Amino acid sequence: MSERASVPGRLPWVLVLPAVLGLVFLVLPLAGLLIRAPWSTLGRRLTEPQVLEALRLSLVTATLATAICLVLGVPLAWCLARLSFPGRRVVRALVTVPLVLPPVVGGVALLLALGRRGLVGQWLESTFGVTLPFTTAGVVVAEAFVAMPFLVISVEGALRAADPRFEEAAATLGASRWTIFRRVTLPLVAPGVVAGAVLCWARALGEFGATITFAGNFPGTTQTMPLAVYLALETEPEAAIVLSLVLLAVSVVILASLRDRWVTSP
Amino acid sequence: MSLSARLRLVRPAFRLTLDLDVAWGEVVALLGPNGAGKTTALRLLAGLTRLTEGEIVLDGAELRALPPENRPIGMVFQDYLLFPHLSALDNVAFGLRCQGAGKAAARRAAADWLARVGLAGHTGARPGQLSGGQAQRVALARALAIHPRLLLLDEPLAALDAHTRLEIRAHLRRHLDAFEGATVLVTHDPLDAMVLADRLIVIEAGAVVQAGTPAEVARRPRTDYVARLVGLNLYRGTAQGRAVEVDGVVFTVAEPLDGPAFVAFSPSAVALYRSRPDGTPRNVWEARIDGVERHGDNVRIHLEGPIAAVADITPAAVAELDLTPGTHVWASVKAAETHAYPA
Repeated sequence: MSERASVPGRLPWVLVLPAVLGLVFLVLPLAGLLIRAPWSTLGRRLTEPQVLEALRLSLVTATLATAICLVLGVPLAWCLARLSFPGRRVVRALVTVPLVLPPVVGGVALLLALGRRGLVGQWLESTFGVTLPFTTAGVVVAEAFVAMPFLVISVEGALRAADPRFEEAAATLGASRWTIFRRVTLPLVAPGVVAGAVLCWARALGEFGATITFAGNFPGTTQTMPLAVYLALETEPEAAIVLSLVLLAVSVVILASLRDRWVTSP
Repeated sequence: MSLSARLRLVRPAFRLTLDLDVAWGEVVALLGPNGAGKTTALRLLAGLTRLTEGEIVLDGAELRALPPENRPIGMVFQDYLLFPHLSALDNVAFGLRCQGAGKAAARRAAADWLARVGLAGHTGARPGQLSGGQAQRVALARALAIHPRLLLLDEPLAALDAHTRLEIRAHLRRHLDAFEGATVLVTHDPLDAMVLADRLIVIEAGAVVQAGTPAEVARRPRTDYVARLVGLNLYRGTAQGRAVEVDGVVFTVAEPLDGPAFVAFSPSAVALYRSRPDGTPRNVWEARIDGVERHGDNVRIHLEGPIAAVADITPAAVAELDLTPGTHVWASVKAAETHAYPA
């Protein structure tokens, strides 16, 4: 501290004290989780079929949601970054709405749009016989809805930072728009896409509000880890702690994998 | 003519008007100060910027409506723009792959091109591992590999240090000599233009101010910019027979002329005296020294007076005449060393 402080002198307690309190506030709950964890029965609890099922469902749905976000979100980010069209600012604002929207509200909105009686849901059911609410597919939809903005914002930022003249150079070499995107643009922004996908995946994995509202809480089909944690807390607090530990471990791994890009400030 | 272009671009604060004809195998240099519109002209030819008006006819085909990827062009950018995620070999193979060549064939041809530019040993290097001169040669190989009929070079030597520049300039000259298509080169360096180009087009503020062979342009500059580039004193005056009057100073010249005329002479043709030299009153004027600076082995004296001029004097003469800023001197130039031509 002393070699970095710009002005030598006494510690400014007015700032340091709240800072320490803030840190304790952030770390204490995690410490509580670790301290109260039933370490002796951990192995057995982790292998309980219910836990494994929730874990498997969470991993599968979060991965599928991330895949959907990549397929739809990367082109969306490209359009926002590279095309100029009227209303682009409005589109960008709309894309970020799920970021600030309470997830439960997102779930309600999804029900109104894609539910059995919803605007599009009605048509989906009558035409294709597809119903989304309260199915595993519904979980994926809810997670993708909430997580997509993370990917779009990350990729758009990377695209804006990439020099568009590389794309011009590729065009003078005879590359079509699609070839340029595939062989020049995408490799140049790959770190941004990876970072966005990881964030997106982490957000999807932790999704609770929109999922429980839109997809419900059925073990095996729609009960993901966060839902299982919430349910277990009522009946089996120890199980809830074990499940939470798993999610905590995943978060730590993600944080570690992204430390260079997102966590470290210049 | 293989390339015949009429380029017209209108922007709120800028207007470019440039007619360009380039024959097969010919190298035309667009020379001009920063912001003159040189790079814009190349971008128009490449299709990276849209023409407001005009046409680009290459070998009888109109290119104006074609996007860049469908034009038979090769372009070398000022900072090369080699794809950082691809090796030198894959950079060169990129265009061939876009033209539909198979991966193996494209790589063979690319390796061949890298060998031709003297980089056979660097096929696997990423652009970040190449020196400036090597990157320039990869960029040239990448542009030539697709067999363009129109080669566009944007300040190809500007990013190089002085030593590498000399070497790459000679290297580029050899490749341009071997290239069969039309070449348009943009530069703000007169030496690059003189060495590399068969013909110069000087543009200032979006319009052509002079065109001709390097020798013609160097001998008969028509604007202050060109005169400075080629290192001549240039004046515009009125000629009557063998006399040209410029702002009160009368020059005797070798060629008889009438009407508006330019007079040009080299700084080394100017002699300085502390008192008025005897003989003809012509080609002599009184001046005040405005600045003194080193210039190669000589000293360059900036003169103020009825006409502004620069004179190159030996250091010995500077010491002997005690030429310091503010000193009043007489300047003269020999008639045989002035050059006059119609304005």
